[in-house]
Amino acid sequence: MPEIFQLDFMVRAFIAGGFVGAISPLLGTFLVLRRLSLIADTLAHVALLGVAIGLLLDRYPVFFAVIAAAIGSLIIERLRTSNRFSGDAALALVLYTALATAVVIISLGDGFNVDLFSFLFGGIVTVGQEDVWAIGALGGVVVLVVVFLYRELVQSTFDPDLARTSGVRVGLTNTLLAVLTGIAIPLAMRVVGALLVGALIVIPVLASLQIARSFRATLLLSSSLGVASVFSGLTISFYQDVAPGGAIVLTALGLLVLASGARLLMARA
Amino acid sequence: MLHPFPHKPVAGNPLVRLENVTCGYNGQPVLRDLSLTFMPGDFVGLLGPSGSGKTTLLRVILGAADLYSGQVTVNGVSTLRKRPRVGYVPQLETIDWNFPVTVQEAVLMGCTMNNPLFPWFHRRELTVVMEMLERLGIAHLSKRHIRELSGGEQQRVFLARALVSNPRLLLLDEPTAGVDIKTRDDVMHLLHDLNHQGITIIMTTHEINAVAAHLPWVICLNRRILAEGPPIDVFTSETLSLTYGAEMPVIHYRGLALVAERPHPFTTEGLGRDHLEAHEPPEGKHV
Repeated sequence: MPEIFQLDFMVRAFIAGGFVGAISPLLGTFLVLRRLSLIADTLAHVALLGVAIGLLLDRYPVFFAVIAAAIGSLIIERLRTSNRFSGDAALALVLYTALATAVVIISLGDGFNVDLFSFLFGGIVTVGQEDVWAIGALGGVVVLVVVFLYRELVQSTFDPDLARTSGVRVGLTNTLLAVLTGIAIPLAMRVVGALLVGALIVIPVLASLQIARSFRATLLLSSSLGVASVFSGLTISFYQDVAPGGAIVLTALGLLVLASGARLLMARA
Repeated sequence: MLHPFPHKPVAGNPLVRLENVTCGYNGQPVLRDLSLTFMPGDFVGLLGPSGSGKTTLLRVILGAADLYSGQVTVNGVSTLRKRPRVGYVPQLETIDWNFPVTVQEAVLMGCTMNNPLFPWFHRRELTVVMEMLERLGIAHLSKRHIRELSGGEQQRVFLARALVSNPRLLLLDEPTAGVDIKTRDDVMHLLHDLNHQGITIIMTTHEINAVAAHLPWVICLNRRILAEGPPIDVFTSETLSLTYGAEMPVIHYRGLALVAERPHPFTTEGLGRDHLEAHEPPEGKHV
């Protein structure tokens, strides 16, 4: 067995990373096509507020991060549909409210800056057994909901009015997608960090959209590219001793460049 | 060319009924105090300038526009209580053509709620979809991306999508916009066939002579109903100038009322161009 798989923490990193690499672009496909690419970034900062609360109370921070991000995503959905703010203004409002509150809470409790750093920049090699369980369980829920709501999600993303004429409950579907995104982001944060979580949700999707024609192919390919990015990035970071979050995102960007090249070749052929 | 069919009103309950409807978007009414009924088997064209509320009228029947007062019922059921299951073909320009779907996937969306809860489609649904694509002559395109099609083929994709669920009512927004003459005739023949099979059709159009003149029934709309009836009765200079705000001479030719038209009428109000319009030769001279 290669050295990399003889270390428990690397095995845990690969398991957790695999889940996160698969589900982030799965949700990302719907978000990118709804022109909500930056929602991940906003929710990552809301999740950071949850982490700060968790660390202050000395409880499992991922739990608070999931709760905070799920609530945050519902608030964004509400603001977006109320027409009081345009889509990106609602995102900005929620982002800064959460970040400002997080900064205040962090300043209240000293001494947890190190832990916080692993959430900001990712700490996949510090992923513990409890993280693997949380990521596996919640990741499984996300996959199941996407599978069973596939038709509704695709329809209401493509054209909400048309979806309604086919009997799709668009509002309910949108709310569920928001909650799923709120669940997935704190998990992905554990792997690539709050600052780069949006990249893992968006970049594999952009790569997939270069090549795939059908929706199903787009979804499966983006998910596969997400897993491939995480596995390659982890391997590179292990042998070259660089930050895993950055290595994963740069790998994903490399795949996007390759996919764009493949598209040009296909167009010429 | 198209053969106009006589409008045969059927006795019984109306399929769609609008009673004193005021509707619009974001608190801004587009149509005010509008009452209309559509009977089963109707084939109706909605005419009016841009911004006259044609699309809004279709959307309020779908339950997709805000209803401020009055009542809309489809099959006797209020659209507020339950959104009706109707076939709807939107204007092609509102579609996101970069969305990653194949022709087959786009049409399969039409049967979404027949089998909710699963991402895969039954062989039965695939058969229905392929039959519909066959009928519309686009079966060979089923694996193509929707962007790779011509305007006429794109129109058929969304017509197929609307028809796979076997609707009794079909609403079409500008089904002949942006397609060539051959495709326009094909689409109109297809709609006539569907109408003969018992499907009620309500469509909007900008094309008075090529489309509306061949329909059994037209409604002239400009934020309210201005006239309603067979084109031969409705197309008069008075009604058309009321509808479009422009002089439009009417010529009677082989039982059709044809309009020396300005297809997309200018609203000169507020543009400061009234003095220019006055010096233009009347369009009737060119005919």
